[in-house]
Amino acid sequence: MTKHRYSFFLGCVIPNRLPQIEAATRLVAPKLDIELVEMKGASCCPAPGVIKSFDKDTWLAIVARNIALAEENGLDILVLCNGCYGTLIAGVHDLKDPETRARVNKILKGTGHQIKGTVTTKHLAEVLYMDIGMEAIEETIIRPIEARCAIHVGCHLLKPSDIRPWGVVEDFTVVDELVELLGATSVDYKLKDMCCGAGGGLRSAVLDVSLDMAREKFEAMTQAKVDCLVNVCNFCHLQFDVGQVQVNKEFGTDYQIPVLYYTQLLGLAQGFTPKEMGLDRHYISVEPFLEKIGMSV
Amino acid sequence: MIDRRIINGSKIDSELADDMTKAGIDRIRSCIQCGTCTGACPSGRRTAMRTRQLIRKALLGFREEVLSDPDLWVCTTCGTCTERCPRKIDVTEAILYLRNLACQEGYMRPEHRAVSVKLIETGHAVPIDDEKWSKMREDLGLSPLPPTVHSYPKAVKEIQHIIKKTGFDKLINYKEGKEDDKT
Repeated sequence: MTKHRYSFFLGCVIPNRLPQIEAATRLVAPKLDIELVEMKGASCCPAPGVIKSFDKDTWLAIVARNIALAEENGLDILVLCNGCYGTLIAGVHDLKDPETRARVNKILKGTGHQIKGTVTTKHLAEVLYMDIGMEAIEETIIRPIEARCAIHVGCHLLKPSDIRPWGVVEDFTVVDELVELLGATSVDYKLKDMCCGAGGGLRSAVLDVSLDMAREKFEAMTQAKVDCLVNVCNFCHLQFDVGQVQVNKEFGTDYQIPVLYYTQLLGLAQGFTPKEMGLDRHYISVEPFLEKIGMSV
Repeated sequence: MIDRRIINGSKIDSELADDMTKAGIDRIRSCIQCGTCTGACPSGRRTAMRTRQLIRKALLGFREEVLSDPDLWVCTTCGTCTERCPRKIDVTEAILYLRNLACQEGYMRPEHRAVSVKLIETGHAVPIDDEKWSKMREDLGLSPLPPTVHSYPKAVKEIQHIIKKTGFDKLINYKEGKEDDKT
């Protein structure tokens, strides 16, 4: 029997736009003794930047239903997306209040679900760093990755900090440590902590401002001469990979920074092939990075 | 002599700040207009958005002016302003609260309405709306549809049940069976 079991929350973007991240995560998990238990019928988290911006009550009722699914599994939630994490962790927090819970349960009446407040939400970075631990991860590594990586942590992994487990907002090193554990180097770059620009409904409705933020980060990463960008949020990932093509078109630039989600990089270090990690499915070619580490798609 | 400047009283919603306080942005009245929020804002650095100004207008009760301001929608909700506010005001939540009111007044971007329609119809804000995504899933060794609402029609009904109860369909003026992707 596996040691670490979680309710696996997929969200929207991973299963429906970036399934390579789902595939990579499903492959690396068993090596770490993680069992991903499906949350059957889970919906959009719903997205904090959009749905919560439009109607907080609807947002809270839908997130309550998702949390209820995890409670029915009897397992805490593991989430890969910072947006979903932000919604689920805020949902868990808001629904601790008995009055709020009663009000939301009234709305849920008729769906067959009720929320009790028995589970919590953990981001992949938290599960890896705190539940699995660096030593256990290190044991699974058979092929160290020697590359210069720009780490992008993303906003909602850390903020609002009062309902996060980290105790810090700036100088957060967990993801850097997880990347360096694989043999890579985390390279410092200007505006490392800055938002990718995708959240808050910007990527859908104010694309020029959204892309300008990403552009600034691409420029800084290029100056820092990195081999790739590593992220722990699929929405940031989408912004950096798909958005990089859009930035190049909009701004006449030619940024070529390969973008990897952490489990994809981890998978390579565990001996999976680039194809198994879905690296042939990216919008910006990952080939230069693979060449650097002595692999090819 | 200095001319008196009088703000037309009928345009002022004196309850807006109280409503925000009650909604959980309980420290908003302690704002000292220092501008740390504006300085921390990555969107404000490249647009006309001034967070401090949005908060000030809300405090003064300039309801229409704030709710109709397109700058309300260039916040990425990154949360840096909230972290850095020396008065511990939840600035990001304040913006989300004002956005909720803006939607109630009908100030909603068509792209955002389209996302909402997708949520109502599929349970996903970003659904599989093209076979190529299912094909890609299969190529990667995954099930063509994820084990989400996409695999459970009953779950979509549950989402629609919630949405009817909270009135989200009415909020976005959703017209069942009459929506197209061009919204």
